[in-house]
Amino acid sequence: MYGSDFTPPGDTSDDTPRIEATDLDAQFQAIIDSDGKIEPRDAMPEAYRKGLIRQIAQHAHSEIIGMQPEGNWISRAPSLCRKAILMAKVQDEAGHGLYLYAAAETLGADRADLLDLLHSGRQKYSSIFNYPTLTWADMGAIGWLVDGAAIVNQVPLCRCSYGPYARAMVRVCKEESFHQRQGFEILNTLSHGTTAQHAMAQDAVNRWWWPSLMMFGPPDDASPNSAQSMAWGIKRFSNDDLRQRFVDMTVPQAEALGLRLPDPGLRWNEERGHHDFSPIDFTELFEVIKGNGPCNKSRMEHRRGAHEEGAWVREAAAAYADKAAARAAEAPAA
Amino acid sequence: MTELSASSGHLSDSAHADKSVYALRLGDDALIYAQRLAEWIASAPQLEEDVALGNIALDQLGQARSLLRYAGAVEGAGRDEDALAYFRDERDFLNAQIFELARGDFGFTIARMLVVSAYQWELYSRLQASTDETLAAVAAKAVKEVDYHRDHATQWTLRLGDGTDESHARMLAGLDLLWPYVPELFETDELVTTLATDGIAVDPAALEAPTLAYVDAVLTEATLTRPVTEVRHTGGRRGLHTEQMGFLLAEMQHLARSDPGARW
Repeated sequence: MYGSDFTPPGDTSDDTPRIEATDLDAQFQAIIDSDGKIEPRDAMPEAYRKGLIRQIAQHAHSEIIGMQPEGNWISRAPSLCRKAILMAKVQDEAGHGLYLYAAAETLGADRADLLDLLHSGRQKYSSIFNYPTLTWADMGAIGWLVDGAAIVNQVPLCRCSYGPYARAMVRVCKEESFHQRQGFEILNTLSHGTTAQHAMAQDAVNRWWWPSLMMFGPPDDASPNSAQSMAWGIKRFSNDDLRQRFVDMTVPQAEALGLRLPDPGLRWNEERGHHDFSPIDFTELFEVIKGNGPCNKSRMEHRRGAHEEGAWVREAAAAYADKAAARAAEAPAA
Repeated sequence: MTELSASSGHLSDSAHADKSVYALRLGDDALIYAQRLAEWIASAPQLEEDVALGNIALDQLGQARSLLRYAGAVEGAGRDEDALAYFRDERDFLNAQIFELARGDFGFTIARMLVVSAYQWELYSRLQASTDETLAAVAAKAVKEVDYHRDHATQWTLRLGDGTDESHARMLAGLDLLWPYVPELFETDELVTTLATDGIAVDPAALEAPTLAYVDAVLTEATLTRPVTEVRHTGGRRGLHTEQMGFLLAEMQHLARSDPGARW
């Protein structure tokens, strides 16, 4: 899915390094200016490297935390086919986490350190995963809306200036696109199923619509990190532009599904050539980012619990590797 | 049993019923095991293992679907894979109990995977030669998957057995918990011996020696030993299960049963 690379107003915990443009290496700037790719061996400003590590790590964290709300329904999936699809989808997210952590490692970060930052709360993950998955229809709504929003956000990242991240995103986007279609298909089946199923689908859309719009971050005039990211070719479009694109894309899909988007202010604006929608209550987003969402605590407890419970396994693997290396060193040369 | 499929019309009605039960036994093994393994997704010791255990669970679920579909088709009563998975009660499930035991820690998970994958490898290797084309085809696909599961379990058994004192102790504890349920895998009865005589099924009794030989070799290299116990728990093939089974089924089946007749 994707990482929320934004902070509530007044939050001073943001550790994004800021440096003056005069520090930028000329070679780096030339690559950026020509819309080329920065590769791991290229010179890059420290702030670019650190900012990217943070962004990629938070993206990776989002993928692995995002396994929880959907993993929640694997055991209860209502058919074996749906169970298989959901397992594969959650597994894809673990895979996304893996290659995003690997992309961060090309910048000199270590996965274990990044996980520590997640577990200690010093790095964040997408706040969308702090909402609960209450019914089976949430599997559809997450696929359709949350993965749909993620795709709109992430497709431009396939062209971002850092090569390993851009290449990882090509694959992530292909899989997310499949996820979105399967979410749409779940909702389509429910919407045209029994009365109870239709109600379940509508309820899920009602709950996930506004949080999905918030995935694009604060409005442009309240997004302090955006300008530098744009200048470095990491971010390509503004939060509000991407949000508008998502709304315009989603409205006809909702009509096709026979489901209502829960916004009385949603209407086509002929003059703008876009859909208008009601103002978003960003206080909720910032409350969730601050840790006050319905599932912040349980998501982190689960993640830390799994990590701590698995410590003895990782230690055993390391001990075995050491023993094997020692045995190999002792063995007479063939 | 009135409807016989064209390809095997020479079988008697009772032979058809037996074949359906046999497919159901193997299918239930895989289904219930998949359900247990999937509990690890988002809870594994490291990300690679979330992926690996998810893969193994998916393989088992795929095998289960093929086998349940076939059991339903041979039965001829119109039950598809979902009818069999979601609308049978506990006493009608025919998996061996080893598959339903609670997830446990990673040591128990690997101990079970070692034994079960070694058993399934021996089983599917032989079932590829079944005179029943469908069972042979399912086995031919499954043996490749199970080969990977067995390798995965082997690699982890070596690491946990010959890793730290704690991992060694946890593997031993896992094996102790598991062992009373192992002999059930190799139990035979009239149904399966008859099918085996006809070349349709594999007699589980024939799998005991090769399975345990593989397991013993891995345990020895991992500085572990097979538990010695006379305790045997059994009954799964007759629909008798542990108390853990009811909760597994309640969770798995509740949504499908909440709106019967609905399509999901």
